[in-house]
Amino acid sequence: MAKVVDINGPIVIVHLPEVLIGEQVRLGELGLLGEVIGREQECAVVQVYESTEALRPGESVEALGHPLSVELGPGLLGQILDGIQRPLTAIAAQSGDFIGRGVHPPALDREKRWPFVPNPLLKTGQRIQGGQALGTVRETQSIEHRILVPPDIDGELLELAPQGDYTIEEIAARVQDSKGQIHSLRFYQRWPVRKPRPYLRRSAVGKPLLTGQRVLDTFFPLIKGGKAAVPGPFGAGKTMVQQQIARWSNADIVIYVGCGERGNELVDILETFPELIDPHTGRSLMERTLLVANTSNMPVVAREASIYVGVTMAEYYRDQGYDVVMVADSTSRWAEALREVSGRLGQMPVEEGYPAYLASRLAAFYERAGCVDLLGGEGSGSVTLIGAVSPPGGDFSEPVTSHTKEIIQTFWALSKELADARHYPSVDWADSFSGYIQDAAAWWSESVDTRWERLRAEALGILSRADELARIVNLVGPEALSSQQRWELAGAQVIREGFLQQSALDEIDSYCSPQKQFRLLELLLNLYQRGQRLLAQGASVQRLLELPLLATAKRLKSQYSSEQLDEMNAFAQEIDDIFSALDQEYLAVPVKQPAA
Amino acid sequence: MREKEYRYASAARGGLLFMKGLSGVRNGDRVQVRDHQGQVRNGQVIRTTTEMVLIQVFEGTDGLDLERTWVRFLEEPFEVTLSPAILGRIFNGVGKPRDGRPALISQTKRNVNGSAVNPAARAYPKEFIQTGLSGIDGLNSLVRGQKLPVFSGSGLPHNRLVAQLVRQAKLPGEESNFAVVFAAMGISHADERFFRQSFESSGVLRNVVMFTNLADDPPIERLILPRTALTVAEYLAFDLDLHVLVVITDMTHYAEALREVATAKGDVPSRKGYPGYLYSDLAEIYERAGRIRDRHGSITMVPVLSMPSDDITHPIPDLTGYITEGQIVLSRELHGQGIYPPIHVPPSLSRLMKDGIGAQYTRDDHARVASQLYASYARALEVRNLASIVGAEELSQRDRQYMDFAKLFERRFIGQGEEQDRSIIETLEIAWEVLSLLPPSELTRVSEADLARSHNWSEDRSPASDSEALVA
Repeated sequence: MAKVVDINGPIVIVHLPEVLIGEQVRLGELGLLGEVIGREQECAVVQVYESTEALRPGESVEALGHPLSVELGPGLLGQILDGIQRPLTAIAAQSGDFIGRGVHPPALDREKRWPFVPNPLLKTGQRIQGGQALGTVRETQSIEHRILVPPDIDGELLELAPQGDYTIEEIAARVQDSKGQIHSLRFYQRWPVRKPRPYLRRSAVGKPLLTGQRVLDTFFPLIKGGKAAVPGPFGAGKTMVQQQIARWSNADIVIYVGCGERGNELVDILETFPELIDPHTGRSLMERTLLVANTSNMPVVAREASIYVGVTMAEYYRDQGYDVVMVADSTSRWAEALREVSGRLGQMPVEEGYPAYLASRLAAFYERAGCVDLLGGEGSGSVTLIGAVSPPGGDFSEPVTSHTKEIIQTFWALSKELADARHYPSVDWADSFSGYIQDAAAWWSESVDTRWERLRAEALGILSRADELARIVNLVGPEALSSQQRWELAGAQVIREGFLQQSALDEIDSYCSPQKQFRLLELLLNLYQRGQRLLAQGASVQRLLELPLLATAKRLKSQYSSEQLDEMNAFAQEIDDIFSALDQEYLAVPVKQPAA
Repeated sequence: MREKEYRYASAARGGLLFMKGLSGVRNGDRVQVRDHQGQVRNGQVIRTTTEMVLIQVFEGTDGLDLERTWVRFLEEPFEVTLSPAILGRIFNGVGKPRDGRPALISQTKRNVNGSAVNPAARAYPKEFIQTGLSGIDGLNSLVRGQKLPVFSGSGLPHNRLVAQLVRQAKLPGEESNFAVVFAAMGISHADERFFRQSFESSGVLRNVVMFTNLADDPPIERLILPRTALTVAEYLAFDLDLHVLVVITDMTHYAEALREVATAKGDVPSRKGYPGYLYSDLAEIYERAGRIRDRHGSITMVPVLSMPSDDITHPIPDLTGYITEGQIVLSRELHGQGIYPPIHVPPSLSRLMKDGIGAQYTRDDHARVASQLYASYARALEVRNLASIVGAEELSQRDRQYMDFAKLFERRFIGQGEEQDRSIIETLEIAWEVLSLLPPSELTRVSEADLARSHNWSEDRSPASDSEALVA
């Protein structure tokens, strides 16, 4: 007799022989959903996705016969789903403003009819294989949803639905496999979340993922199919960075997983995204966005699942040939959910209470990112993973941050000091890194300007030398610096305020095209170099520092939008004119010996 | 089961009672424990198996005699009775009256654990609340439905600050239905009296519900107190359409009680002995603040916590900061200089400020002015550091202007009287007055138009004497 034996928070031991590890179970009268995570003789250890309050030992248990899996089909985009893919709007319709228990509406609408256009290249009688497109459905104005043959199906196409409107439960095609078995393919499929969806092969990394954020695109680029982490203490602006990426990146689909974070942040996205326009397609942002929300007050076990639910949906859109970005805010909360479960199971903790398998789980998760050639043999797609990390006390040596750092290639370290001075995005140029500079340089050189890599290095050089100088100033005072050094400090200041700082709230500055990024950087560096030359000719640094040009240069970013590059060039001319005039002045008089 | 009393207690320690030989008890149910003197204590089932039940006793297990302890399972979750008559009353953590008046009678009862608000049903908080404190309104505005904690330290005036906030908080130009839910955990009798008098003198007492567990009350009761208080807050906000301000003090005492019970249960400790689920547990409390679409009321939360040895990286403030929508940090240094309220500006933050200010709610230049004050003050603090190394005489004229700016900013803008209630316009005017100590070329966060309108800069004024005059 299958029954509940022991209830300890979200961990329940049930007497349930012959159940598989990973299988879904339903518990008690309420029908709480859980997952088997261990077996011991005739008993199974179950982690429950909902609160176990009012559950009683002796209540019945039912094994559902399948692992935690998600529904994949048209109708996912624009939704807000919880950590186990329950649609939150449907839950609200059933149980009101507060989330009820035992409520499990399906993720995809069963009533809605979708206009299906069959793939004209397919003929009945031909052999088809997993990953091939049976046809398309226009899911939103900007996204055409390909109805795919599930990866494990291979055989002869017996029948393909003609053009028309269908609900997802209807039959899209019938396929007979080599054993003679006939499979009816619907407009949606299911896939277990803990198993990566297959692909033909990994392909070489592609183009940069452009986010419109200067410090990210120009200094620490990320590639489509790459892996990135955004660590930062609270208040450093992690969420803002992630939201900006979700808003402006040149991906086709964005999946935003709010894992153990604030409810209001997700509402912010829900309320603002429908009104925001995607700069790449000109359509509403919500048409390409999918939210997975497991806020911090929702049950902890579903939080652990939410990351996998998100990445499986990302892989599904990848398999349709799209570039998908998944933003996970925050992977630390996911790791903490692992820790909580492992603690309740009495597993031996290693670092700060985390289980020994933390590093391998993290690595396996991030490996689901990548650029791949599709299973059907037509085209390629990518999944880019960006994980926020919330290190306790802002200490980057803690287990989650340090393990993540070994796995990812782009590291956007956020700094409390910068955030305290309201320098946003507070990406620290000394601690951050990107392993994709060469790949990005190829693209920039071809699409924007061949000098990109050189200018980037130059600007970083100025910033790092200025940091060194600032340390000296703090020890001995500014008088110890030479004129050139003082100008270098000013140059770094201009780059920091005029380039690195970017206001997400400013309409013009919030998004910056690659062309504008390059032009702006070139302009500011030119300003710095002209000044350097003047100093060499004997100009006084005080005079340069008092140029009103400096303040104007810092405001350029929010003065001209990405479409107004010509106006910015006019300003470049202005710099040239002013400096040329100064040049004349100092060339006219014999070069003075610099005072000792 | 409800009628029966059981006597199978096999062990008691650290507020937990183990019962053997019992089966089929529901998880989370309410329990009454009667000791040998006939005193009844309240408890809750926190683990249940086919052989054993673990009970958390809110009044603690001190003085229990295992052989003479009787347990009654009430077959119901932990609930609180709700009625409009709850306003003006005082209760303990489990909802028993502390004001000598009879218990509430009502059909409406709710589970104190509540359930999570569906994120899809939330409304984004946007309405600016004017607290009358420049350090909050100008730089870290509070909005309706926000959770904004005060990070304090022992001996700092957080109580006075919170009391002033309760007195002055209002939506500009709107007299609305409001209520205050005050949840006190582990605070002293003197502090409790201070708050009560402050509510009384400002005439809000009849709109306040107080839940108190004082420093000498059993600590385990602190685990249920904020949940009881927030269930009442939800009732007031979402059933009675009131705008509720919830003040919880002191969350550090709550977390310590949680650690005490976790240790007794044998949970694996993570940082500083706190259990790994401290984050989730705190989130269950903090996330109950907010607004819900199509409902009129709101819950705005101001939890107070004292940072152990002023350490902001301690797990309690650290995890709180990750959940709440910003924080107001108090500074021992400013307090030492006699500046009230001693709001430590650099680490303070309000995440919801961006949408609650601007032309629609406050004034068009608000966001830029706040950003400029932050940037200039950060620079000024660097200069101050430098001055302490090289001496003020060595500073450039520009740097001296920054020194004056910092001084005036702290005294005139941040500092204000305990009875002083500044409108947001006054706050912004003072901000410009302070910014006028710096030349326009230094103010790159505000627009040219802002400068033309509000910046009152004159190159030749002697800043030192001027700022003295302004402070005076």
